[in-house]
Amino acid sequence: MEHHSILRVVSKLLIPPMLVYALYVQFHGEYSPGGGFQAGVVFAAAFVLYSLVHGIDALTRVAPPRVLHALAGLGVLIFAGTGVVTMALGDAYLGYYALAEHPQHAQEWGIVVVEFGVGMTVASVMLSLFIAFASHTRKLDDKDW
Amino acid sequence: MTANLVGIAIIDIVFFTLLVLTAIAILRQRNLFAVAMLSGVFSLLSAGLFVTLDAMDVAFTEAAVGAGISTVLMLGTLALTSRDEAKRPRSALLPLFVCLVAGAALIYGTLDMPPFGAVDNPIQTHVAPEYIARTPTDIGIPNVVAAVLASYRGFDTLGEVVVVFAALVAVLLMLGTSGRRTNGKNGKEE
Repeated sequence: MEHHSILRVVSKLLIPPMLVYALYVQFHGEYSPGGGFQAGVVFAAAFVLYSLVHGIDALTRVAPPRVLHALAGLGVLIFAGTGVVTMALGDAYLGYYALAEHPQHAQEWGIVVVEFGVGMTVASVMLSLFIAFASHTRKLDDKDW
Repeated sequence: MTANLVGIAIIDIVFFTLLVLTAIAILRQRNLFAVAMLSGVFSLLSAGLFVTLDAMDVAFTEAAVGAGISTVLMLGTLALTSRDEAKRPRSALLPLFVCLVAGAALIYGTLDMPPFGAVDNPIQTHVAPEYIARTPTDIGIPNVVAAVLASYRGFDTLGEVVVVFAALVAVLLMLGTSGRRTNGKNGKEE
C-alpha cells in the first residue's frame, strides 16, 4: 500500500487520538458512557486501522499474537482474581466492599480494576481475531476486490 | 414538549426509512464486499437510533463493534472465501412465505407489548429505579450503567468476558494460532 499516501497520512492523524480516546473511555467510564468493553474495541480498532494501511506483518511486529493471547487470558484472570481477592479479604465473590475502608472508594476501586480486565481481554481478543483472519489471506491486490 | 416529541418522531422515521432502504439494498446486492460495507452502514444507523433512545452505552458499542470491528472481520472472512453470492437456482417463494408468516407473527406479538415509554412499563417499575436510587449512596459514581455492569451485576459481566475469551479460543482452534500460510508448504490451500 506504499502508494496510498492519503490513507497513510490520515491514519497517522487518526490513530493517536483513537488510542487516547480509548484510554479516556476506559478510565473515565464511571463518569461518562462507556467502559472496558467499548474502550477495548476502540483500542483494537486503532491497531486494525494501522494494519489495514501498513499490512498485517507490521501489526504482528507491534502486537505479536502470542502476547495478545496471553493478555486476553490475563484480563479474564484480573476480573476473576478480583473476586478471589475480595473473598480472601472476607467479603463475597466480587463483593468490593472489602477492598477499602470507605465503602464508596472500595466500590470504585473494584469497578476500575474489573473494567481494566474487561478492556484488556476485549482489546486483545478483537485484535487476535483480526490477525487470525487476516494472516490467512494471501496478499490481495487492490483490484482483487 | 409536543414539539420535542414531533422532532423525535421525525428523526425516528428518517432513521427507520434509511434502515429499511439499507436492508433492501443488502438483499438486492450480489457483491459481498458491498454487502459487508452496507451492513456496517446498517449498524451505524442502528447506533443513531440507540442515541435517540438515550442508550448511549449501547449506541457506543453498536458503532464500535457493529460498524467497526465486525465489518473488518467480515471483510477478512470474505478474503478467505468467495466475493460474490452464489446464484440460487430454486424459487424464492417458500422462503418469502416463511418470512412473511414469521414477520406477521412477530408484529402480532408486539401488540401485547406495553406502550412505548409508558410510566408503568416493567422497565420503569422493576429493579431499574432501585439501581438508580441506590447507586449514589452504594457506589458513589455518576454512571449508573457502569455501576450495574461492574458491581451489581458483576457475575454477568464476568460471564460475558469469559464468552469473549471463549470466542477467541474457538476461532484459534479453527484457524490455527500462528497463521501465515503464505508461500510455505501449506501455501497452496486456496
